[in-house]
Amino acid sequence: MPEAKYLLVGSSHAALEALRAIRRLDPDGSMAMVTRDGALPYSPTVLPYVMSGRSRPDAVILRDRAFFDEVGCRFVSGVAATGLDTAARSVRLADGTQWRYGRLLVATGAAPAIPPIPGLDTVAFHVLRTLDDAVGLRARMGLARRAVVLGAGLVGLHAAETLAEAGLSVSVIEMRGQVLPGYIDAKASARIEAAFAGHGVKLLLGRTATRVAAQDVGIAVTTDDGRTVEGDLLLVATGVRPVTDWLAGSGVQVERGVLVDGFLRTSAADVWAAGDVAQGLDFASGTRQVLGIIPTAVEQGRIAGFDMAGDAGQKPWVGGLPVNTYRFFGRPAVSVGQAAAGGDGFEVVEQDLPHLYRRIVLAGDRLVGIASVDDPFDAGIMGDLIRRRVDLAAVKDAFLADPTAIGRRLMSEQWR
Amino acid sequence: MSIAYDTIAFRSAKCDGCGECMKACAAVKQGTSRISIVPGARDGAFEMALCRQCGDPKCVMVCPAGALSKNAGNGIVDWAADRCVDCLLCTSGCAYGAISADPIGGRVIKCDQCGGDPACVGACPTDALEWGSAGSIYNRFGDKEDMFVPGLAGCQGCNSELIMRHVMRRIGRNSVLATPPGCIPGMGSVGYNGKTGTKVPVFHPLLTNTASMLAGVRRYYDKIGRKDIVVMALAGDGGTVDCGFHAVSGAAERGEKILYICVDNEGYMNTGMQRSGATPYGSWTSTTPVGDKLKGKTQDAKNMPMIMVAHRAAYVATASTAYMEELYDKLDRAIEASFHGFSYLHIYSPCPTGWRVPANKVIEACRLSVESNFVTLWEYTPEAGLRFTRSPDRPVPVVDYARTIGKYRHLDADQLAHIQAKVDEQVALLKRLAGEVSAVSAARAAAPEDSSTSAGAVPPPLRHETFRP
Repeated sequence: MPEAKYLLVGSSHAALEALRAIRRLDPDGSMAMVTRDGALPYSPTVLPYVMSGRSRPDAVILRDRAFFDEVGCRFVSGVAATGLDTAARSVRLADGTQWRYGRLLVATGAAPAIPPIPGLDTVAFHVLRTLDDAVGLRARMGLARRAVVLGAGLVGLHAAETLAEAGLSVSVIEMRGQVLPGYIDAKASARIEAAFAGHGVKLLLGRTATRVAAQDVGIAVTTDDGRTVEGDLLLVATGVRPVTDWLAGSGVQVERGVLVDGFLRTSAADVWAAGDVAQGLDFASGTRQVLGIIPTAVEQGRIAGFDMAGDAGQKPWVGGLPVNTYRFFGRPAVSVGQAAAGGDGFEVVEQDLPHLYRRIVLAGDRLVGIASVDDPFDAGIMGDLIRRRVDLAAVKDAFLADPTAIGRRLMSEQWR
Repeated sequence: MSIAYDTIAFRSAKCDGCGECMKACAAVKQGTSRISIVPGARDGAFEMALCRQCGDPKCVMVCPAGALSKNAGNGIVDWAADRCVDCLLCTSGCAYGAISADPIGGRVIKCDQCGGDPACVGACPTDALEWGSAGSIYNRFGDKEDMFVPGLAGCQGCNSELIMRHVMRRIGRNSVLATPPGCIPGMGSVGYNGKTGTKVPVFHPLLTNTASMLAGVRRYYDKIGRKDIVVMALAGDGGTVDCGFHAVSGAAERGEKILYICVDNEGYMNTGMQRSGATPYGSWTSTTPVGDKLKGKTQDAKNMPMIMVAHRAAYVATASTAYMEELYDKLDRAIEASFHGFSYLHIYSPCPTGWRVPANKVIEACRLSVESNFVTLWEYTPEAGLRFTRSPDRPVPVVDYARTIGKYRHLDADQLAHIQAKVDEQVALLKRLAGEVSAVSAARAAAPEDSSTSAGAVPPPLRHETFRP
């Protein structure tokens, strides 16, 4: 039975940062990384660019074989974990092998959530979560003329843009009344919607797909207002859900994701979880949420790694902050924190100019969220102002007028 | 052993917001400046955003495309334009606003230090930007052999031990070392348990005869034709300015070809912190106690390096461990000079035990001593005269330095005023020496042929009113 002092299940940002953190403190402890993906580590976030052809599939690899040899970590790819026995401290893999571990990191990420739409299980459709998905979509889109995308989140919009730029006629069906729901407000959304409309993409917002059916050629999607949208390529991008099925019966507590504390420990001894699979502290609400973004995965992976290696000086995580950067047809949209918040207790200052849109959300003279379209800002500085709860009372007007200059000043003063 | 890297440092107090750095960067990069100067909290204060080439860069961690990487060779966070997908996630990883979306073109931009010769630093007229190559010293000397054994019994935070190890790393095995009584042999460099603590031939002369013995050693090597040996002393201030003074003076006067390094901790620290001729006015020592009547030393220190200038030694320089690049440069010149004549290097060395300075504040004390002009950094050769290697202009008040040193804790306002006056006087004298020499050579170069000075006239002789070499 193979064994490792540190067993990392998963191979993207969270697991890679955990590996690095562990090696900082424990250069020699035996380590293995096991992943269901057949490829070397890569980021799901880069996949839309593989699909568009901007990135070659072999150029998005984040670590090569030599890296794993160098840091002394066995890399086992193409084998999914299928079970966890916390009493025996072992992980069962799809090929039947059992890995014994000293300390386990659950970083299995997320997989596309397939909505229960009648008929969807009877047709061929695409998702975009793995490198194989991206390569497959790229090959397939060359043969299609009409595409239907379910979901107007980051993946759905990215893909819709790529498909439109490739000359397909594209329809996007989104349940909510705007694009990127949750990340940005309706006004920011309107600018993005206009850009898509301008590029010939049909956005069906506030619509639910009620039926999917196969046709002689391609598929037809019926929406709740009775419309039928036809296509010869269907992409389902209605969100993701944490990959936790293999933890069933292990005693590791799972809600929407694997529940973790401030040190990314799960309810089971010597088992940590990080990244898109984890349900950890959310900075703004103080509750535990699945955040599903790279900055959170990186932070969680680091903290988990240090904790796994026995770092006594760690402080618990302050919680994750939503951070999204998004480009549509070359134009930037950025949001940090509670950028879409409003109402009681929030002070919202909007700049709605022809050439840019900016929305700053304050609470008690402290920044809690900021978003913009066509006006990229220092997202890292804004995130730190939020996390540090920096009192902006003395500079508020100047900050609202020029958040970049004031933000840089404040951080330069902080970090002297 | 890890590598240290060069870096661009920002001295906010010196920045006047002129923006030359941004213009220079924009010109070199043919686009938006990678360095950003923004108004500070007070009028006339400025702050800066620039890539710090982090050791553990978060922008690299959050990049989904593998387009950013920390270059292990030069420390730069490299950006690969062809791998970058313009997603801007890196900007969320940077708390300094140092990797940002270019308003023109929209790709991310960040500082790459211009390949080691940053345009912004060169363009800064106020020295607010400094190209710190301190790291490269570490790279140059970090792997060189340490000439002392581990476990020397110096006090915690001992600056003299730093000096010994740094100096001998540079000089290497081809040397003969004299360490007269003091902390340097006292902490074990001459050895214990029948072994020496030094990997070069080392001997322990008397306090009184160090320079004389070295003179003999050099003459012997000359006689047998060995021209490559550095014949040197690592001596304390007591053995140099007091007990060994006549030998040092004699060797300098005769032009003996030796390298004499005085490690000045301002007293006989090894034997219990007695005062020496190098102990500054007002210092507490065990022989200049602080009580009802006596308030520390009542005389000023000798300025030994100026005395060596008066000997017209082949090379004279002062140095401080707060300015290591300079120390190494001077050491190079001092070694070279020691093959031709008497070479004297005076290194100031705050003593955490004897001065009552916390071990972790020793280098800060070194730096403040220089910033306040209590210690001046300069070098002298008979050919080029005396020149400051760090400007003594715009010093901080001496009291800022004295406050950090325990042996000055008792000083009253009169005593502090005396020290300040003494420091000012020393600087004025040094400036006159440095200024006169350069003023004469400038006059020689600038005088037009038909000027009122008769053609070919010899410039007036140097007038040293307080100082006659």
